[in-house]
Amino acid sequence: MATVFVKTFEPPAPDFGEAARYAGLPKTAAVPDTLKAVFSELSPALSYKVCYAEYPIARNGDVLDLGFAAVQSANLAINLDGCDRVVLFAATVGLAPDKLSEKYRRLSPEKALYANAVGAERVEALCDAFCAFLAETNATKPRFSPGYGDLPLTLQTEIFAALDCPRKIGVTLTDTLLMTPTKSVTALVGLKNSP
Amino acid sequence: MTVIEYLADNLLFMDGGTGTLLQAAGMPAGVSSEQFGLDRPDVVTAIHKRYYDAGCNVVSTNTFGVNGLKYADGDIQKMVENALACVAAARDQSEAKQKKFIALDLGPLGKLLKPYGELDFEDAVAAFAKTVNAGKDKADLVFIETMNDTYETKAALLAAKENCDLPVFVSNAYSEDGRLMSGADPAVMVAMLEGLGADAIGVNCSFGPKALAPIVEQYLARASVPVLLKPNAGLPRVENGKTVFDVTPDEFAADVTALIKKGVRVAGGCCGTTPEHLAALIAACDGQKPVPTTKKHTAVVCSGCKAVNLDGFTVIGERLNPTGKKRFRQALAERDMTYILGVAAAQQEQGADVLDVNVGTPEIDEPTLLPDVVAEVQAVSDLPLQIDTSDPVAMERALRRYIGKPMINSVNGKEDSMKSVFPLAKKYGGVVVALTLDEAGIPTTADGRVAIAKRILKTAETYGIDKDQLIFDPLTMTVSADKNAALVTLEAVRRITEELGCKTSLGVSNVSFGLPHRELLNGEFLALAKENGLSAAILNPAAPNIEPNGYARAVLLAEDENCEAYITYAASLEDTPTPVLSVGDETLADAICKGMKDAAVAKTKALLADTAPLAIVENEMIPALDRVGQGYEQGVVFLPQLLRAAECAAAGFEEIKAAMSDSDTVARNGKIVLATVKGDIHDIGKNIVKLLLENYGFTVIDLGRDVPPEAIVSAALEQNAGLVGLSALMTTTVPAMEDTIRALRERAPQVKVVVGGAVLTPDYAAQIGADFYGKDAMDTVRIAETLFA
Repeated sequence: MATVFVKTFEPPAPDFGEAARYAGLPKTAAVPDTLKAVFSELSPALSYKVCYAEYPIARNGDVLDLGFAAVQSANLAINLDGCDRVVLFAATVGLAPDKLSEKYRRLSPEKALYANAVGAERVEALCDAFCAFLAETNATKPRFSPGYGDLPLTLQTEIFAALDCPRKIGVTLTDTLLMTPTKSVTALVGLKNSP
Repeated sequence: MTVIEYLADNLLFMDGGTGTLLQAAGMPAGVSSEQFGLDRPDVVTAIHKRYYDAGCNVVSTNTFGVNGLKYADGDIQKMVENALACVAAARDQSEAKQKKFIALDLGPLGKLLKPYGELDFEDAVAAFAKTVNAGKDKADLVFIETMNDTYETKAALLAAKENCDLPVFVSNAYSEDGRLMSGADPAVMVAMLEGLGADAIGVNCSFGPKALAPIVEQYLARASVPVLLKPNAGLPRVENGKTVFDVTPDEFAADVTALIKKGVRVAGGCCGTTPEHLAALIAACDGQKPVPTTKKHTAVVCSGCKAVNLDGFTVIGERLNPTGKKRFRQALAERDMTYILGVAAAQQEQGADVLDVNVGTPEIDEPTLLPDVVAEVQAVSDLPLQIDTSDPVAMERALRRYIGKPMINSVNGKEDSMKSVFPLAKKYGGVVVALTLDEAGIPTTADGRVAIAKRILKTAETYGIDKDQLIFDPLTMTVSADKNAALVTLEAVRRITEELGCKTSLGVSNVSFGLPHRELLNGEFLALAKENGLSAAILNPAAPNIEPNGYARAVLLAEDENCEAYITYAASLEDTPTPVLSVGDETLADAICKGMKDAAVAKTKALLADTAPLAIVENEMIPALDRVGQGYEQGVVFLPQLLRAAECAAAGFEEIKAAMSDSDTVARNGKIVLATVKGDIHDIGKNIVKLLLENYGFTVIDLGRDVPPEAIVSAALEQNAGLVGLSALMTTTVPAMEDTIRALRERAPQVKVVVGGAVLTPDYAAQIGADFYGKDAMDTVRIAETLFA
């Protein structure tokens, strides 16, 4: 059984334009002040946590044996081409975006939208920070999540069992394989063969 | 000896990590530890035994992941019995001499609760209850651990408390920021868990003992029950392909012992700790005397993520309440949550510390609506709530759903009230607002109110409710109806504070009822109450701060007869309407309008020399009362003036009666029965109605307050009354009004019914079958005039 590590990151620099895009605004639009206000309200309540474990990759015909699960996925196989190890991770910015969007659901639908958008931007920024951290010591591939291409969402069950996400970072899986808190991401990052 | 008895005089040592030991013993990847326990009970037993051998008092069952969400009932039974048997075998095999106990272990369900997740609170309670019921007969305690969600922790604790009598220890897992995933800090968890009756509380997992120290110290500063600590052996790292933790047994022992010296009473280990860690700790604590656990005597309420200590002055927002608020009432009727939540959010911004939540209107089903509104408000505001209902069913449902520890509004000195509220407060936790009234009503003296407070205090004690968990409301009465009203309340506040050492809370605005510029009186009354030790007030947080006002103070201190100076002063303020009631000083009518009692009596006597008694009533008294009544309706005459005019008329009326021969008839034909309905003890409004009706010449049979329907029917029949007036001030007694009307319709169908009271509306009056709705006393007079014309 691989060791699961937990790492907390410093808040990544905000990208308001990206958050505005998540909110459905065109790229050319100015960032609304309300969005910035929601960011300020949300910011202090966010946490930036990742739990992760590293596994060797074994290839058996079409099947990728990733240590925690065996998967058949042409898209993932391409992504992991040239890799002998994979890092499995789950990242979350915590419950705060869900709480704030629930708060504003009735009070201000616009703010609720921004709370969601900012949460999405934040957790993606966290994933970027984690991948940058991996890249400090490894040659890495772009991260790849269940649900991308032909990698089935059902892999979430194995991911959660392997990483013990509820205990490590407080993320749980619904019966429909969605994560709560919703601003959470699971993904695989291929580590290229050691030279 | 129970674990609680043992803990009273000793440090209690729990076991350490099992996951890593199970893996080392060959548990395959992908197999749950509870499944492995069924396959290899011998391996699990051996690990348990190593902890008993190391000197641990408590070993927890291998049931962390066993619950009703994950397994079918039969599997739960099998797994729990097997796990208990493993620990029992280890206990019996170990030759170590210390006291040994078995803990039934409950871990998180792995699902997030609503509203942020999909799991219903009651389903969570039921899932935990299955494990508790499967294991309660063979365990010495229940150990709820590694919980990172406040609400789920409550579900687990409630499940344990409801389904067994075992002691329950509760342990939470914190993040680096010193909060649970759900946002709660130690202050929140201590308040909620103690309120729900946890026997020991603390922290486990997360980090090593050094990193957990600040969190543990917060527990020690706040908790009145023993504090427990089960840290990890620091953080994991990989060394030569093996997972190792960075805190050695000796470091672990030293770091945990340091916290035991600060007061931790229950210690063990979590991830990465081994029997060696525990052996080192137990050896290090040899001869270490436990620090006594002391009561902290604080009143703290909390939401799921914010605690409010009531030791400071607490502002309780009053606006989530339909009484007298048409828009709010409409919002409730239409389930317009947006409006309701907007009021909640606004009050938080305006500086409220706690929000009162009351949905009591006659039209709605409180037991259904109150828990929903509480849940909705909790999603919008992180302030603790004061759950405000006199319906015990609604109260229990709301307390159950509530995340945290609320204020409970309210209990009073009536036996029935204490019998229904105190068991709820004991079970769910909460600071209880206690009103100093009882079966006999609201005492008119501070002595009487303090005496009721004492009785409530004593009764609370018999339920195991500490006096810190009570906050007394000695009731604010209207100063325009009784000039000493404020003084009595203030004295009661002072004496409850000083003599009983208890906290007090008041709704202040009632004091100014019927007077102009109420904000001046309310502000001054609040200041006076604070001077007398008031610890909380329920008020409108949007009300501006009021500068000290000598006129208002004089009214409150009973130094301004009939509030005359105040009313004159208030009239000089810009936005008070100028009185249009211009009165000369020639006639009896003038004297009545001005409230000059002696003059009214003198002028009546003078008139009687040459005027027929009935003519005096018709030509002087009733026109005068009409003028004052109209002035009141227009807002240019205020309640004290109205009452005073009525008293003058009554004094003149006595003269007329004395002068009348038997053949004279003064009274109009109308006979009216008045009563405050069963269960309701408010009668100020009804008494005003009575006074005015009598002034207008009607015969009033006043049955008093808290009058059963049958008594009202009997009186109406016996008196051959044409009209019955029913009053109810509380939402909970409006059904009694409806019952009374139904009884009248059956047995006295000829009688008309007028209803009135703060919670009624014209619509609702019609709905319960009343003939008329009396907006106020004058309105009721008009109704009677029309009816008996």
